[in-house]
Amino acid sequence: MIVAADGPPAVAGRGLRKTFRRKGGRGLGDGLVTALDDISFVVPPGALVALVGPDGAGKTTLIRAIAGLIACDAGTLTVMGIDVATDSQAVQDRIAYMPQRFGLYEDLSVQENLDLYADLHGVTGAIRAALYPRLLGMTALAPFTRRLAGRLSGGMKQKLGLACTLVSTPSLLLLDEPTVGVDPLSRRELWEIIVRLVRDQGLTVLLSTAYLDEAERCDQVFVLHEGRILAEGPPSAVTGRAADRTFQAEPAPGQAARILQSRLLDDPRIVDAVPEAGQVRFVISDVIPDPAPDVIPAIATTVATTVATSPLAGVSITAVAPRFEDGFMVLLRQQDAVPETPTPANPARDRSDLLVESVPSGDDPGPMMIEVHDLVRKFGVFTAVDHVSFAVARGTIFGLLGPNGAGKTTTFRMLCGLLSATAGTLRVAGLDVRAVRAAARQHFGYVAQKFSLYGQLSVAENLDFFASAYGLQGRRKRERIDWALHHFELRSLMHLASGQLPGGFKQRLAMAVALLHEPEILFLDEPTSGADPRARRAFWQRITGLAAAGVTVVVTTHFMEEAEYCDHVAILDAGRILAAGTPASVRAQAPADGRGAATMDDAFVAIVEQARARERAAGGTS
Amino acid sequence: MTASVRRILALIRKELLAVLKDPRSRVSLFLPPILQCLIFGYAATYDLNHVPYAVLDQDHSAASGELLAALDGSGVFQRVAVLSRADDIKTLIDQGRALLVIQFGQDFERRLAAGGAAELQVIADGRNSNTAGTALSYVGTIVDRFNTSWAADHGDARAPVRAAMRAWYNANLETRWYMVPALIGTLTLLQTMLLTAMSVAREREQGTFDQLLVTPFRPFEIIVGKALPSVLIGLIQATLILLVAQLWFHIPFVGSYLVLYGGLTLFLLAAVGIGLMLSAVVATMQQAVLYAFVIIMPLSLLSGLTTPISNMPVAFQTLTLLNPLRYAIDIAHRVYLEGADLTDLIPDLWPMALIAAGTLSVTAWLFRRGFE
Repeated sequence: MIVAADGPPAVAGRGLRKTFRRKGGRGLGDGLVTALDDISFVVPPGALVALVGPDGAGKTTLIRAIAGLIACDAGTLTVMGIDVATDSQAVQDRIAYMPQRFGLYEDLSVQENLDLYADLHGVTGAIRAALYPRLLGMTALAPFTRRLAGRLSGGMKQKLGLACTLVSTPSLLLLDEPTVGVDPLSRRELWEIIVRLVRDQGLTVLLSTAYLDEAERCDQVFVLHEGRILAEGPPSAVTGRAADRTFQAEPAPGQAARILQSRLLDDPRIVDAVPEAGQVRFVISDVIPDPAPDVIPAIATTVATTVATSPLAGVSITAVAPRFEDGFMVLLRQQDAVPETPTPANPARDRSDLLVESVPSGDDPGPMMIEVHDLVRKFGVFTAVDHVSFAVARGTIFGLLGPNGAGKTTTFRMLCGLLSATAGTLRVAGLDVRAVRAAARQHFGYVAQKFSLYGQLSVAENLDFFASAYGLQGRRKRERIDWALHHFELRSLMHLASGQLPGGFKQRLAMAVALLHEPEILFLDEPTSGADPRARRAFWQRITGLAAAGVTVVVTTHFMEEAEYCDHVAILDAGRILAAGTPASVRAQAPADGRGAATMDDAFVAIVEQARARERAAGGTS
Repeated sequence: MTASVRRILALIRKELLAVLKDPRSRVSLFLPPILQCLIFGYAATYDLNHVPYAVLDQDHSAASGELLAALDGSGVFQRVAVLSRADDIKTLIDQGRALLVIQFGQDFERRLAAGGAAELQVIADGRNSNTAGTALSYVGTIVDRFNTSWAADHGDARAPVRAAMRAWYNANLETRWYMVPALIGTLTLLQTMLLTAMSVAREREQGTFDQLLVTPFRPFEIIVGKALPSVLIGLIQATLILLVAQLWFHIPFVGSYLVLYGGLTLFLLAAVGIGLMLSAVVATMQQAVLYAFVIIMPLSLLSGLTTPISNMPVAFQTLTLLNPLRYAIDIAHRVYLEGADLTDLIPDLWPMALIAAGTLSVTAWLFRRGFE
């Protein structure tokens, strides 16, 4: 625990409870959902505190309760010594709250948005004059004051939201997932601002986040799970749970890391495994007292025999230092005696029921399922996609990475035939998308970034409609719907309106719908945005299984570590491909700035920054 | 081809499920037509059945007596005062004791007998122009009748009493007979148009339209799949209004249901076409609602329901040719009250078919252009 500075704690809660009523659905019942279940905690003043936990853990509810926006059913909650329940106005005068979707007025300029929030908070005259340069300087928005908020990139919008939140000069800042949907570059900038606010101005910041590397930077962390606090204290306390239990395995030469990862995850002793910089990082459950001496060699042997493509190849395992995320996964696994989100059955294991064909193994890349050549898309004078070319081989995973506004989504929409190309060729499953749009669609499935199925229809009705839309009928249709309900564990929820599904299940239903017609290609637009680490693991496990079964996958993501699951990645910025190749070769292409590109995140930032610097230099001379 | 039909059927099923599954939207689609029909049937009637009037008879002739007897015998006019001085007219009207004052000049009968135009002066309380207009038109009807019988009795072909007012009502002066059948078109128009525009706008707003567009659906399949459920719902609404008209208001239906439903289907296709065209240009549900109301006002005003088309300026008369509601009201009247058959209705049918074809083609074009 951090020793509280003088004065009352920034936030203190005791015995907080909050339940919500959830409507309908045979599977879930008409029951109450407990969002906060007897929570007691203290946030010391001047601290940077993170709330982490899986989706639906109660993070947003807690933040909204502190902001005085919802009343708890039981317990006491004080902010700077003031009772939130009785004097919420006095509390709101001292705090600032930035919700997940901050209310920027997209038709107003940056300056007008700031003015509006300053007016709302009664900040005028000399105070305003002194405040603006500081806020604009801090967020680097000064050159863009006249730009419409709707025209800003995702990262800039979040910074403007933060600036608007700070016009009231609060003592406590509440941020609900401030970095969701923000690219790594902007994420770093946003974090520098937050850290400076705490260090230089003594602000107390309480934020929730799905990025566990962010939690690691905080003074104190609360791990929430199903409305309870599982752990609290400095991040090292959580990290420590994985001490001596974190290892790295090196896949056999020519073997994709994700195949090894998939095998490791099958082992019940292993709570987590992720591909990382060509290796696979994994964590042993704390049920096993001391894993190093005997369990590790055993795992090495079993994994080597099931994974290795040639009998000579082995798997070498080395111990590594744990990270916050490793400790977090150990902690969560303890809770999962009865898992709320069941650990998904590994699709790779029962892939026989998924698709019959399998990939041509070895060095033969197989036929190209997607070929993009010199693709250009212009919106008026603005070129969103500028001569992009790439190809994706059958049964491989291709990742499109890039900052907000890089042209990822535009490229994606052209591939799916939702937008026509200005120039260039686009071939999907050997068909020219521009010529035979409808025919090409039969070959791919599409999962949009935002849940985009019919919310008022039930799970079964959605599946039924899309099955018919893809021309399935009779026994075949029943079989496929049955497969979807079984494979994505949706059967108990099949009569629930899909809009009422918990977040992770919506994602599953969207995937199920996209796979009903057994497409050869799967397009996924930021499928893991805002998802918690466990949901992301489960998701990638499915994707890995699909690729192994011969499905070609194209994915965009903001989580750079997820690029490690891909066979090939391309980094896009300002409509152009800056780097492309295997994750390892992209890491190698990153300019070595002393620090080197150990992770994809570093590589991404270095590559984009270098390209932008070159652009500026070229712009300066011309 | 069969694949295409199957996809369209799936979409129709989905649309109907989406609309009819929610009890609130079921109520909002099927209760208002019934309520509105009842409200219009009762409230929006221009009929008067109690018109207090006064007489200033300076002629005291057999002719004036005969005309007054016709007024009194109508059952609508009640004589509340007999005046002797012209000055009394003002006080009577001002106090609201009489809606009308009828004044016979001294030479009323003499002029009639001479075969010239005899003038009957009718002063109405103009403070409620609608009521006054109706009352005046009743007087006009009675004067016309008087003229007919006078001409018959006196062997004179000319209409002797000059009637400035003309009846534009049905023979037995029942507006309800005119109003309620017209509602079949009027009330279904707004909701089918709005329903269609909203169903696409909602999909756009919620991102489901993209999901729909990446399936093998072709633009025309989406259009058909979106149009037919709304037409079906419109036909159900029309049926409800038809039932209220017959079972509640006891307005006798003399035509053929087949002809009526045939005409209505064409009309609803045109209405849905407008709704779809709207949906192709709006981005949000809010815009869809706003535009729908912008469109519905001129459509109802230029339908001929409340103001006769022949009274409009020529430019507006031409505009009404583009209004499907104009034809629908005509069809409803003629089939319901006159028993017109399909061949009688051809002048109404082909313009609606043209409007439906036009709007649906423009929608298809706009949908396709949306990809560019």
